Amino acid sequence: MSEPLDQPARVIAIGASAGAVDALAAILPALPAQFPYPILVVVHIREDRDSMLVELFRRQCALDIREAEDKLPLEDGVVYFAPPDYHLLVEADGWLALSVDEPVNFSRPSIDVLFESAAQAFGDRLVGVVLTGANQDGAHGLRSIIDAGGRAIVQDPSSAYAATMPQAAIAACPEAQPMSLEQIATYLRDLGSSK
Amino acid sequence: MVPDKTELLELQLLLEAIFRRYHYDFRGYSLASLQRRLTLAKDRFDCRTFSQLQDRVLHDPSVLPILLSYLTVQVSDLFRDPSYFRAIREEVVPHLRTYPSLKVWVAGCSDGEEIYSLAILFREEGLESRTLFYGTDINPDALRRAETGRYAMDRIAQFTKNHQLSGGKSSLSDYYSAAYGAAVFDRSLRRRIVFSDHSLVSDSVFAEVQLISCRNVLIYFNKDLQDRAIGLFRDSLSRQGFLGLGSKENLRFSQHADSFKEFVPGERIYQLRGEL
Ligand SMILES: C[S@@+](CC[C@H](N)C(=O)[O-])C[C@H]1O[C@@H](n2cnc3c(N)ncnc32)[C@H](O)[C@@H]1O
Repeated sequence: MSEPLDQPARVIAIGASAGAVDALAAILPALPAQFPYPILVVVHIREDRDSMLVELFRRQCALDIREAEDKLPLEDGVVYFAPPDYHLLVEADGWLALSVDEPVNFSRPSIDVLFESAAQAFGDRLVGVVLTGANQDGAHGLRSIIDAGGRAIVQDPSSAYAATMPQAAIAACPEAQPMSLEQIATYLRDLGSSK
Repeated sequence: MVPDKTELLELQLLLEAIFRRYHYDFRGYSLASLQRRLTLAKDRFDCRTFSQLQDRVLHDPSVLPILLSYLTVQVSDLFRDPSYFRAIREEVVPHLRTYPSLKVWVAGCSDGEEIYSLAILFREEGLESRTLFYGTDINPDALRRAETGRYAMDRIAQFTKNHQLSGGKSSLSDYYSAAYGAAVFDRSLRRRIVFSDHSLVSDSVFAEVQLISCRNVLIYFNKDLQDRAIGLFRDSLSRQGFLGLGSKENLRFSQHADSFKEFVPGERIYQLRGEL
């Protein structure tokens, strides 16, 4: 195993599919550069090898936006996007890992894969967020997050561009809190400033 | 609350048992990814815990080959990441032409997709007849499938598209024939390929080669194993030989980084520095 790291006090993991760009644009730019936690993001999007999302959000955000790299430690205040065509996972000792395992829920990267490994690694220090999407990815993973003691937030399906994914997440996790995008942004900002 | 680490402990014990009993060493692999796949294996064998799965595999050797199919990931394509093969063709091949005879090693060759891609590319570039290809892997079923060169017909459309994007100079259909819903690649491509069982974790140098392609294998290793494998590559390459990695793998943090220089940085193709 790799050497143990200074573990982040909290970690945010976000999953989004159809409508993801607009949804994330309501959240990530609202967070300050000194946001004290790392943020992991899986978006289902068909694109080439190099993530356009990174470029897109770099222009809009005060936060440091990067593509996740294999075997790198998590840093506070950094947003890590899963690269296209790779799963993003977290090792038990807090390092990021990539894999080319088969798609899960027809998706690579898959939200479930990120959420399940992050739940194992971070337990009650993890906040999982499921946003808009037209499939069921993320529902299982959000369940694992709650079971490991973490917090679960779901975009209110009635406000989502595509309601299927938030609905599936709520069905699997009745204890998850439904919120509008503005509420999610405020919630995360408050979480950051209460550190 | 600290996450329950009992399952992680059981997972480590299972890997230790597989190593001690069968000499397959997964102890230095990325655990997050192994845990996910072994959870699927656990369900398949109706085991409640990894400890139960350990009991099964220790006492029933017929479980091991099935477990290996979960422990290793057989995901590949012909000309996967076409721009990588284009860079081999346009940037590396001109250097290789200057050698009278060539050896190429595809480490972690899975079902053979990557090595057949290179064999086709070398034929198109007129280098095949002077080249010997080694394809190595630890999964015996994958090696067997690689020997047959047989792929499901529904994968061919993607293969063909990749081949064209890689700068292919011929038609992929020249290299296979259809039989019973499968595409079988031409025997003549296999004449210059040797497949063998070789582990980057425990085996050593077996030949001096001019090009190594090892894609999407190192991401499954922890840093120490990565360094071991890269050390093996360094020791296997002839002076100024080439090493190609997967699109999200790099040498930046390796202890052997200084032995290599970036040759086509965007495609993760490196060149061994010549002796000073
Ligand atoms: C995801 S596949 C990569 C296939 C192909 N190289 C590509 O990029 O498309 C990973 C391969 O590495 C093999 N592998 C895993 N551990 C290995 C080891 N210690 N030595 C050699 N091969 C290994 C697996 O059996 C599997 O075939």
